[in-house]
Amino acid sequence: MSATAANRGIPGIYHKAGSLRAERRWALWTAYISLIIACIIFLAPPVYMLLTSLKSNAEISDLTLNPWLIRSPTLENYEAILGNPIFIRFFINSAIVTTCVVVLTMVISVLAAFALARMRFWGSQVLATGVFLTYLVPDTLLFIPLYQIVGGLGLLNSVWGLILVYPTLTVPFCTWIMIGYFASIPKELDEAALIDGASWSQMLLKIFVPVAMPGIIAATIFAFTVSWAAFVYPTAFVTTAESMPLTIGVVSQLVRGDTFAWGQIMAGALSAALPPVIIYAFLMDYYIAGLTAGATKG
Amino acid sequence: MAQVSLRKIIKAYEGGVQAVKGIDLDIEDHEFVVLVGPSGCGKSTTLRMIAGLEEITSGDIAIGGTVVNDIPPRDRDIAMVFQNYALYPHMSVYDNMAFGLTLRKFPKAEIDRRVKEAGRILDITPLLDRKPKALSGGQRQRVAMGRAIVRDPKVFLFDEPLSNLDAKLRVQMRTEIKKVHQTVKTTTIYVTHDQVEAMTLADRVVVMNHGVIEQVGPPQELYHHPATRFVAGFIGSPAMNFIPARLEEMSGALRLTLSNGQTLEVPDARTARYRAHAGKPVLFGIRPEHLTDDKPTDKTNPAPVTLTPEVIEPMGMETLAHFKLDGAEISARLDPATPAAVGEPLRLIAHMDQMHLIDPSNDKVL
Repeated sequence: MSATAANRGIPGIYHKAGSLRAERRWALWTAYISLIIACIIFLAPPVYMLLTSLKSNAEISDLTLNPWLIRSPTLENYEAILGNPIFIRFFINSAIVTTCVVVLTMVISVLAAFALARMRFWGSQVLATGVFLTYLVPDTLLFIPLYQIVGGLGLLNSVWGLILVYPTLTVPFCTWIMIGYFASIPKELDEAALIDGASWSQMLLKIFVPVAMPGIIAATIFAFTVSWAAFVYPTAFVTTAESMPLTIGVVSQLVRGDTFAWGQIMAGALSAALPPVIIYAFLMDYYIAGLTAGATKG
Repeated sequence: MAQVSLRKIIKAYEGGVQAVKGIDLDIEDHEFVVLVGPSGCGKSTTLRMIAGLEEITSGDIAIGGTVVNDIPPRDRDIAMVFQNYALYPHMSVYDNMAFGLTLRKFPKAEIDRRVKEAGRILDITPLLDRKPKALSGGQRQRVAMGRAIVRDPKVFLFDEPLSNLDAKLRVQMRTEIKKVHQTVKTTTIYVTHDQVEAMTLADRVVVMNHGVIEQVGPPQELYHHPATRFVAGFIGSPAMNFIPARLEEMSGALRLTLSNGQTLEVPDARTARYRAHAGKPVLFGIRPEHLTDDKPTDKTNPAPVTLTPEVIEPMGMETLAHFKLDGAEISARLDPATPAAVGEPLRLIAHMDQMHLIDPSNDKVL
């Protein structure tokens, strides 16, 4: 008697399953329902913001109307925001801080990840773990000691103070992503480069950076998003309007006492969210490729 | 001049495990040497030490007369072809091949000439603008070889370059590698676990096992005159049969008594060599191609053996029959016309002039 025939007698080895088509239909339904619920949960706030930003103040404050419908759409909130020089200042501040932080983060992360992933040296494993552990310390804990440091350096109320502290949020995670990505590049590639005559720096710049571009883009998007959306640090370190980034500028300048300019707040928040959305839309494929690199055999 | 010499090379890892246990080897200029052996025998480690990718625990490696122990890979003037090709995925075939020369600041015209010449030798000229992902496995391996050729190094190192290819392509590329070596004649060290590759490509084969060299010699010498049981069993496919036997002397002549009681006469030409071992247990080694079906016209000291096949494998040009004798697995190559059947006793001829005797106490071939 063959092994298969012998197995047939054992109860529970072969399940009594439905047809493949029925199983697939069931899986698809489950997937669709879950995804629709997730979409509703995640899209409801931005849609509500968009609707509110297109309403006049009078319409917003009329509680008898359905908040999900617009009676007379208007762009007055956007005109007010974009015509306000301080809002443009916030935007420029955010752009300066984010650009500097992204560049700084990527330079540090790529160099650190290359060293930790490829240059075997004493303690490299411990260091790699240590880098990731620092990411686990939340900014709500760090901002108090950092306040002392930034204050001591005289960088409070300055975009340079933010440029100094944001990398504490971005560098550990980006280094971790890049370590994973570099580790997925076959060892033979650097050995081939070494034999071809490349120095470590040439190997990094001519081989690793181009090959790891999806990972670098993924890390860049992460650094951009974190830096653009940071809230705790600017709230703690910046109190003058001229130095505020968008995230706190919109809130602090458009809320006067207990008066909330809801239409403008929503228009400002949506405008602030636009750059990350645009970047995600264009680089989504790279982002996913970067996060899933090495998951399967290429 | 590009001889390679290894002197008492040892590679030990943390914890004291020795991958290579003090090997000595001299490779002549223009020679094609193949390091062959099973997984973990130390052949790849040896190659990587020659390349400079692994540090040597002790000993000396010299390339072209210069000890290179402390010289980094890029300054050893070697080129290496890897098992998984190791092509730079973001560069075109042309750029992959030109990369090493560009780093060494060769003039553009010279780079272009060399890349195109290598492209012509390897028949990959139409592929020069493509990226590696647009190439088949065989084409990628050609590009990897091209990258080595353009450098015009002192030594080519091949680390199991055909292992990732399918069987048909492997045979094709094997011929290509041999052709390339006949054209460029660079000293070549080639690592493989495939004894057929070793036999077909090498000027000399180095058989390694457990970190030591078992035997070095031209392929035919290893096939006909193996020094140890390991080499005898490793070289040749199917592997040599080893049958427990006793060597006995009867009125001046020697004969082997197999465990099933059958006796085989030892040829007179071997008597002097084996006489000292008369009365002792030995392993009778005979290759499947020398254990064949009865041919009356055969004049090469035939000795009849009767065995009962357990498995018959028709291969087309020949038939392989597998037997069991006192626990030993035995194979024989039969004429495809032989009416062999499982379970029916088959009369075979052992070509005793091709026999080997192995001393079971030290596994040396007598």
